Amino acid sequence: MREKQIALKINGKVYQVKVKANTLLLNLLRELGFTGPKYGCGVGECGACSVLLDGKLTLSCLTLAISCHQKEVITAEGLSEGEQLHPLAQSFIEHGAIQCGFCTPGMLVAAKSLLDQNPNPTEEEIRQYLRGNLCRCTGYTPIVEAILEQTQK
Amino acid sequence: MVTNTKILAQEFEYFEPESVDEALELLSLYKGQARVIAGGTDLLVKMKRELISPEALISLSRISALKCFNEDEKMLRIGAAVTLFQAESNSTVARSYSALYEALRSMAAPAIRNMGTIGGNLANASPAADTAPPLLVYNSCLKLRSKKGERIVPLEEFFLGPGSTVLSPEELIIEIQVPFLEASEGSSFLKLGRVSADIAKINVAVYLRREGERCALCRIALGSVAPTPLRIYSAEKLAEGEIFTESLIKKVARECQEKIRPIDDVRSTREYRIWVSAVLVEEALRAAWLRSGGKL
Repeated sequence: MREKQIALKINGKVYQVKVKANTLLLNLLRELGFTGPKYGCGVGECGACSVLLDGKLTLSCLTLAISCHQKEVITAEGLSEGEQLHPLAQSFIEHGAIQCGFCTPGMLVAAKSLLDQNPNPTEEEIRQYLRGNLCRCTGYTPIVEAILEQTQK
Repeated sequence: MVTNTKILAQEFEYFEPESVDEALELLSLYKGQARVIAGGTDLLVKMKRELISPEALISLSRISALKCFNEDEKMLRIGAAVTLFQAESNSTVARSYSALYEALRSMAAPAIRNMGTIGGNLANASPAADTAPPLLVYNSCLKLRSKKGERIVPLEEFFLGPGSTVLSPEELIIEIQVPFLEASEGSSFLKLGRVSADIAKINVAVYLRREGERCALCRIALGSVAPTPLRIYSAEKLAEGEIFTESLIKKVARECQEKIRPIDDVRSTREYRIWVSAVLVEEALRAAWLRSGGKL
């Protein structure tokens, strides 16, 4: 299997990397040090590997890295600016929306995607949008509250 | 078998053709050993689980001709690589094709809807595919093309069994052709899952054409109740030409209940599916009738 050189922008910076056809975007990101996206189920059920690919919420465990040539990826760490947390991340902390933290990067990316499309979602719309992001700790209520606070009331 | 879904262990070649012709050339070159990848949400899971092991993947991502909607005086043509989210966002789908719209809205989570395509949902040929019952009741056709030529296949002839269709390994779905509906025609889709966005335990689509108080045309399709999504012709016949009453609705639903042949699986049981099918068909009939301008 040949390797192919691809160029993709991750959190604002362009990376030139060689990938095999069977390299998953999730594994490429983690090898490059972007450990926000997590391996949860590997089959598209849990949302822990969620990233924004060209602005669209995407599961990186079901995306071939080779298909991302000239695309732009944003992971949860890309939402923050250095030490300055994204307002959503700050809100998650303030609402206790993080317990073990495993789902949090996927939750943040999904929440960002929702607010990009709909800056003023209802609680029900938030719950619907997060239906592909599973959390086994919080019972979801603090997560939904954290996002609700970031809507344009 | 224990499989590792963290990596994709299989090796394969990968291509991103920029035109349909180029894709067909590649499919022909690999003589049935290549697979087409659109969203990858079903295909890559099957590959991770070692259910299939293609020599090459041919991506549709750069073929813009497969990602658009076209309308002429007779029908809506949906490109095979239109994503579920794009289809749901199309104004004609939302306005005219209630059953398809409701099916798309009920499917999966946002990320999967951004990735998965309508052609992929059909080609994957799951008995539970949510886009299949609505497209069946609209009498939709698929335009298939290979290097040898093009053919139009009615969707009701497309599915052969779970994961199996009439699509040859060197053929590509180009578009889904959905005839236009008139104001006196209505449709609806209902499904039961364990939670919202789940794969269906059972799903139902109904299309009706109304003439005054009579039902002129009726089409009913159910999913997850047989090896393929299923039209129930005998139930449709019971409704056609009749005055649309509550007792007719019950009779038609009972006929559907008798004709389906579901199985027990992880999502539901045969018995439950049979019980609940009549309720879903009744509700879907009522909704489609109201949308065709009828009264109950």
